[in-house]
Order: sequence, then structure tokens, then C-alpha cells
Amino acid sequence: MNYAELFHNLKRKNEIALIPFTVIGDPNYQTSLKIVKNAIHAGADILELGFPFSDPTADGPTIQAADQRALQSGITTDQCFEFLREVRSYSMIPIGLLIYANLVYRYGIEEFYAKLSDISVNSVLVADVPIEEATPFIKAARNSAIDTVFLVSPLTTNERLTQILAQARGFIYLISRLGVTGVRNDVQDLTIKLIKQIKRKTQLPIAVGFGISNPEQVETLARTEVDGVIVGSAIVKIIEENIDRPENINTEIGSFIASLKNATRGSCKIS
Amino acid sequence: MKNGYFGHYGGQFVGETLMPAILELDSTFKKLKHDREFNKNLNSLLSKYVGRPTPVTFCPNLSTKFGCKIYLKREDLAHTGAHKINNALGQALLAKAMGKTRIIAETGAGQHGVATATACAKLGLDCQIFMGVVDMERQKPNVFRMKLLGADVIPVRSGTQTLKDAINETLRDWSASTATTHYLIGSALGPHPYPEIVAHFQAVIGREARFQILKETKRLPNAVVACVGGGSNAIGIFRAFLKDSDVRLIGVEAGGLGIKSGKHAARFADPELGKPGILHGSLTYVLQDQNGQIYNTHSISAGLDYSAVGPEHSYLREIGRAEYYYVTDKECLKAFHLLSEMEGIIPALESSHALAYSFKLARNLDKNDILLINLSGRGDKDIFEVARYSGDKL
Ligand SMILES: Cc1ncc(COP(=O)(O)O)c(C=O)c1O
Repeated sequence: MNYAELFHNLKRKNEIALIPFTVIGDPNYQTSLKIVKNAIHAGADILELGFPFSDPTADGPTIQAADQRALQSGITTDQCFEFLREVRSYSMIPIGLLIYANLVYRYGIEEFYAKLSDISVNSVLVADVPIEEATPFIKAARNSAIDTVFLVSPLTTNERLTQILAQARGFIYLISRLGVTGVRNDVQDLTIKLIKQIKRKTQLPIAVGFGISNPEQVETLARTEVDGVIVGSAIVKIIEENIDRPENINTEIGSFIASLKNATRGSCKIS
Repeated sequence: MKNGYFGHYGGQFVGETLMPAILELDSTFKKLKHDREFNKNLNSLLSKYVGRPTPVTFCPNLSTKFGCKIYLKREDLAHTGAHKINNALGQALLAKAMGKTRIIAETGAGQHGVATATACAKLGLDCQIFMGVVDMERQKPNVFRMKLLGADVIPVRSGTQTLKDAINETLRDWSASTATTHYLIGSALGPHPYPEIVAHFQAVIGREARFQILKETKRLPNAVVACVGGGSNAIGIFRAFLKDSDVRLIGVEAGGLGIKSGKHAARFADPELGKPGILHGSLTYVLQDQNGQIYNTHSISAGLDYSAVGPEHSYLREIGRAEYYYVTDKECLKAFHLLSEMEGIIPALESSHALAYSFKLARNLDKNDILLINLSGRGDKDIFEVARYSGDKL
């Protein structure tokens, strides 16, 4: 399924998209695959998956540790592709990737996107590639019919926003607050203002991420014009906390995702 | 040339959150780098506070021993003991011009941390320094100096707990704090405009040295040699000689335990691990594995113990204007002792890499040939580490 269709369907049902994020291979390939399948059953609408990187400068301690666990398990770029292939053969759920530039660059930018196209991955967001450096990545993505997702932050100026919107495909990833990924508890008024600002300039769906960690936040956001919420650190934390009791990981993540999904439903919009 | 690139190296590979701050820095730097008032201020600090110009010193005993004329550019005599202060003061002034009240910085050897803490004390800025705990251990004296200067030293426990990880942590802090905070990068690396800014503020080394050596010897040196961590002292001395095509420009990387051992920080010397890649904001040579995961480095010297190299060096190497070699920990230590014992100057372990390679090079030179070595810093910070290697108790 593509993003446009998915967001459209959800809108008709008066829901927003729940987009859980996990790191491929955290804590190892097999467990990670089970976690992803479980997330799909529990109510994920889109999967946001990260390729583990040794130096994830946009991530806070929780996701750094997840990257470390995955790398320690020995996962390679080719195994990440294999992982995506397995997820794809299991489900047609849209998949977005979150990745750092060096992994793509080292593989070969064109080759990397071509590979993803084979697997029918929907989109790629390269965390450390701003619009200024995006040209070769966008070109490769277009050649492979993959959407390029961009970040918009509370500091993004109007001028930059226009430039970003001209290149962005799939959805806009709105950073709800400054800093790195991590767990926070509320939704800032600023986020709500930003959502309105971006909506005035684009038809693209907006997903909000960085710091979304509980159903209350999701409920608040579901009442805005936002189209999706990305929940990363709060889910990855469950893996971390249950690392010695892997049998608990899936029950806990399952019920957490279900509660988040519930909060995305039946929202009455305010504007 | 594309904005912010040296050939095809460089660029601005950072998250969207940091871009507005980087653009602000770029426009401030463009506005101020030729501003008369700004430069008057900086030059006054450099002469009355740092003690510039630093001298060029002839080394008679080493010259006799190795059979050519050996001169040192004495950045070890700059206030705080290394070249790092040139850049720290320059950037601290830029930060003030942007209205920032807080400075954050990474440090490896601690020299940049000390220089930054010093600039902040002098100019009235809050200062937090991120340092890997491995480096805190091996550069203890500098950790205490930073504290004395009023800075907070924040231990970094992620990854290899060295310079690379300190940079990661500083970038993470900055992505939440750009409104009040300037990231004062300590070497000629990072996203554009940093490599250009750092080279600009360090270029004073080469300007002085070229003038001084011409005055003293009436000719240009055969070769200029500098150690290369991120590459700031090297680019600082190289820039003045770029157009002197007869002058060889030589950068020396940390060969650690040898290239084959894989335990080194020689981005250019290891064809298997050192490849163009993207780290900390720029496209440049990076030590990495086949998957593009950043490779962990080793060097006896904390200031050279880093996986990437400033993008301008990748460019100068590619166009053949500069050459890059490496020396091992062992060769570095030998040069450290030699300079101390024969010329009465205790060099930094970083600078000792430049010395060690120069001594090898000297054997192929004529007795009237001139070698100019950038002595980027003094070795007081390293005495505990050197004692540890030699088994001495302090
Ligand atoms: C004395 C000294 N020399 C050299 C370096 C290496 O840095 P760069 O390559 O930027 O000159 C350092 C870094 O800490 C240093 O302290």
C-alpha cells in the first residue's frame, strides 16, 4: 500500500496513523523480526525502521543503545535488506526507513535505493542529509520510485520549509521539539502551531515524532490536523528494560502499541 | 565549486535541527572575517594575551644529527600550550557577535578544551566541555586545568569514549541548545562553514612562519611538516605555502600499533579501512568497515585518535598538493624523548608525530635543505602517559 492511500483510508475512519519505530536487529535479528510482526498485529499503520549506525548523532541514549545492541549482534547492511524482505513478504504495511548518510553512501547511493525498490520499501529519511545535500539522494530515490521524507523542526524557517516541501514526498516528519530522540511527556503548544503552519503550505500528510511516549500525547495530537504519530524511544525502551526477559518484550510492546493505536481513533478535530 | 566543498569533499551533513544555526554561523563569519573592528579585537588578543607571534626556533643539535636544517614553529609557546587557542578565541568572538552566551566543545587531548575554557573565562561565556572518559584518564592534567578555568567537563561514556564520541555528544547537546549556544569545534572538520572557519583562524600560524623563515634563512623551506588529527594545525601552517609549489606539504597521521594491526588512526594510509565517507557533517576520508560503520581508532596521542580527517586535507591529497604519511606510537615516543633531550623542548605527543616523520625525511635531505615543523603543542599534558609507557612512577 502507498502512503497516500493509507492516510486517506485512515482519515475516512477518523484515525491518525500510528507509526512505531524500532532498530533493525535490536536486540538481534530474530527477536527484532518478532517485535516488528507483533507491532503490525497490535495496530501499527506504518513501520518506521532504523538501520543501526555506530554514531547516531540525532539520537538520544535509548536509541543509541538499541543501535549498539543490533551492531553487537553482528548485523550487516545486507542482513538489514534481508530483514526488510522478510517483513515485506509477511505484510504489505508501508515501510519507512530512517538511516544515517554514511551507510547509504558506502553502499552506493543508487544501488542502495534500487535495492530498497526491489523490496518495495516506501520511503527513506536520511537523518543527516538536509535539503542542501539531498540532490543525489533524491535523484536515486526518484529513479527507484521511493519517497524521500524530510524532517521539519521548530527552527525551520519559512524559506527552508518552502524548499523542503518542494522536494518532500510521502509525508513530512515534524520534530515536535528540539534535541535528539528520547522520551518526553507532553505535547507543546509550539507543535500544534507548527502543524497548522505546515498544513497551510502542503497537501502532504504530517507525522509528528521525537518524544511521543504515551496515549495522552497521541490523543492530544489526534485532535489536531496531524496525520500520524511516530513513537520510537518509548518502544525501544521496552526492549531495553526486558533484555533479560525476552518473553516479556512482545506482550509489553503489544499492549503498549494497542493502547497508542486506541488513542489515534475516533478523534474529533479541533482547529 | 559547490558551497562548502573542497573539490568533492566537505558539505553540510547535519540534521535539519542544526541547519539554521549553521547558516547563521556562516553568514556571521562571512560578515566578520574581513571586518576591521572584529580583526582589531582578535589581533589584540592574539598579541597581548596569546603572545603571538610565536617564534620559529632553529634546532642546532638535531640539525647536526640528521644532516639538514631543522626549524620549529613554536605553537607550544602560545598561551595554554598549543595552537588551539587561535581558533578558540576567534570562534568565541564570533559567538559573542551572534549573541550566544554559552559555549560547548569537544576535546580529545584536552588542549582544545583548555583553550576553549580559557577563551570563555576571558570573554565571559559559560563553558561546557565534552570529553571521552578514556581521554579524561590519559590527559588528566588538562581535565583539572579546564575545571580551574571555570568550565564544566562532561564525561562521555558512549562508544569508544574518545574524541569521536565527544563530538557525537556535543552535537546532541547542540541540537537542543542552538538558541543560546555556539558549538566551538576544535579542528578543521565538521559541517561547512567549520572547516573554513577553523582554517581561517589557524592560518596565522603559516602567515607568521613563512615570514619568519624567509627573514631568517632568505629562502622557503623544502618541506613543511605537521601532524594531522582533524587537521587544524596542519591546515593552519599549510595555507600560507599552498602557492609555493616547490615547498612540499606533509601531514603526519597516527599509525598507532601499525597499519596492519588495524589499531591506528591513519585515514589515508590504510586503503582497506580508510575510504571516503560521511561523518560529523562532512564527506571526507573516514576509517570504516565494509558496511560503513565507523571504525574504532587507536593512538597513543588523544588528539590524533579520531576516525575522520578534515575535508580540505582529503582534497589537498587528491590534487597532489599535500602528502600524508604516518608514524607509529613507538616512533612518536622516540621523537618525544629526542626533542626533549637534545633541544630542551618537551613536545606534545601529537606534535611528536610530525617530529618523528621529519627525522625520517631528514635523512634523505641535503645539509642545506630546510625542514619546517609545526610544533603544535607542548608535552606537559602528556608526562603521565609517557611515564606509564616507560614504566616510570610519577
Ligand atoms: C598539541 C596538539 N596538536 C595537534 C592536535 C591535533 O589536532 P589538529 O589536527 O586539529 O591540529 C591536537 C589536538 O588535540 C593537539 O592538542
